[in-house]
Amino acid sequence: MSAPSQLHLERLAYKRSRARRSTVVALLSTVVFAAAAWLTITNAPGWPRVQESFFDWEAAKKSFPALLDGLWLNVRVLVVCGILILVIGLGIAALRTLRGPVWFPLRALATAYVDLFRGLPLIICLYLIGFGLPGLRLGGIPNDPVVLGSIALVLVYSAYVAEVFRAGIESIHPSQLASARSLGLTHAQTMRIVVMPQAVRRVLPPLLNDFVAFQKDCGLISVLGAVDAVRAAQIESATSYNFTPYVVAGLLFVLLAVPSSRLADWASRRAARRQNAGGPGA
Amino acid sequence: MLEVRNLVKRYGTHQVLDGVDLDVAEHEVVVLIGSSGSGKSTLLKCVNLLEDIDDGRIVLDGVDISDPRTNPDHARRGMGIVFQAFNLFPHLTVLDNVVLAPKVVHKVPEEQARERALELLAKVGLEEKAKSYPDRLSGGQQQRVAIARALAYDPKLLLLDEITSALDPELVGEVLTLVRELAASGTTLLMATHEMGFAKQVADRVCFLDGGALIESGPPSQILEAPEHPRTQQFLSRIIQAGRL
Repeated sequence: MSAPSQLHLERLAYKRSRARRSTVVALLSTVVFAAAAWLTITNAPGWPRVQESFFDWEAAKKSFPALLDGLWLNVRVLVVCGILILVIGLGIAALRTLRGPVWFPLRALATAYVDLFRGLPLIICLYLIGFGLPGLRLGGIPNDPVVLGSIALVLVYSAYVAEVFRAGIESIHPSQLASARSLGLTHAQTMRIVVMPQAVRRVLPPLLNDFVAFQKDCGLISVLGAVDAVRAAQIESATSYNFTPYVVAGLLFVLLAVPSSRLADWASRRAARRQNAGGPGA
Repeated sequence: MLEVRNLVKRYGTHQVLDGVDLDVAEHEVVVLIGSSGSGKSTLLKCVNLLEDIDDGRIVLDGVDISDPRTNPDHARRGMGIVFQAFNLFPHLTVLDNVVLAPKVVHKVPEEQARERALELLAKVGLEEKAKSYPDRLSGGQQQRVAIARALAYDPKLLLLDEITSALDPELVGEVLTLVRELAASGTTLLMATHEMGFAKQVADRVCFLDGGALIESGPPSQILEAPEHPRTQQFLSRIIQAGRL
């Protein structure tokens, strides 16, 4: 490689100076905007009251251990339900993509399931499962609000995830199926070995997006009385007549979501790169 | 080896294949020529049972594979097909692409299947790419892998569907050289192509399709140099005008 010419060096120097300039402008505008927002809020007539009841350091410290305990429950629900949702969602998606009249009942059932649980508001589903199921007083039905809440979450989110998987399965080009079948693979082998692995890779970004949404919706099991982070905040704020525990719980959920959000970003960047790298037929 | 009788295929009201009769004998190289839309690709896809047919019969090795009672998955095991757009599996390595069918469909032990796959990759000159993913390969290399994949389970009949049409001109040669070697080693080939020069050198028989019908067939010297049918003459004169023969 030969040394860059004078012309190119000048060009680089100019580009560098422009880059420096835009960094300075970005910093400045951020600072100005933040200062304006801060001043507007702190000069609002109700600010002292709001500060006292939402941002009380002592209340935050006092409620923190209970909130962390509650969050631990959320995390456990998240992991267990997350796995169940992936498995059930994939199963429903596979049922929905079955072809042929033999499978009509299963296909129709899967479609009805998705229609029902995507349409049903999560909070109503939680009430129906959480209060309705034990109300039947059948043997073997759990009474634990954590279990009942988890069932409702799994039912609703599996429907969403099934649709994400289905979109992925249907995005695989028919030529891939033709190619697999031409080698003598059966339909089931084609789905398992050729279609599913590609589909799952392709839908990883939207799947992680649903996961982030699911993380915070885990907090809704509190409406059934499960003592998770949200419920713990409710209890703490009821004893201290202060709303700060809600703010702390909210921050904890945000912190929980940050790694998943970054993971989702990374996954979609990687997916975009893969897509661009593929040539014809790839 | 292959007998096609009165094959009819329609897409809606459009008649793509209009009663085609075609025979391919063992070790024979049969080349299908004709303009785009003449039905060459559709004929190959019908033979591979990737398309439902609307009439006629396809017999492979004495078995009527167009009979709905024949299991298409079993019937396809005797054939290999290579597509215009390669259609390698992008999530599998080159080696796994080639190993897949022997391992999963033909239940060849993994070790043995890998050995055979490496042999085939060596044959197509891509042994060192075994661990690469298809998107790291050029079009010509991908197509050579696709050929190795189709050969991996020793099919009795190899179908080639315009396998050089999606390649840059300088990559066509490497793929055609490979096909020439296959033909020389006695592989039974049925191929659709626009490479007239290649057809002339390698084909035992050339079949001209037009509007879904087999218009004329015979040895390349006859079809490509002294065609009898006016439509074949017209087609070839356009090819010659374009400098492709």
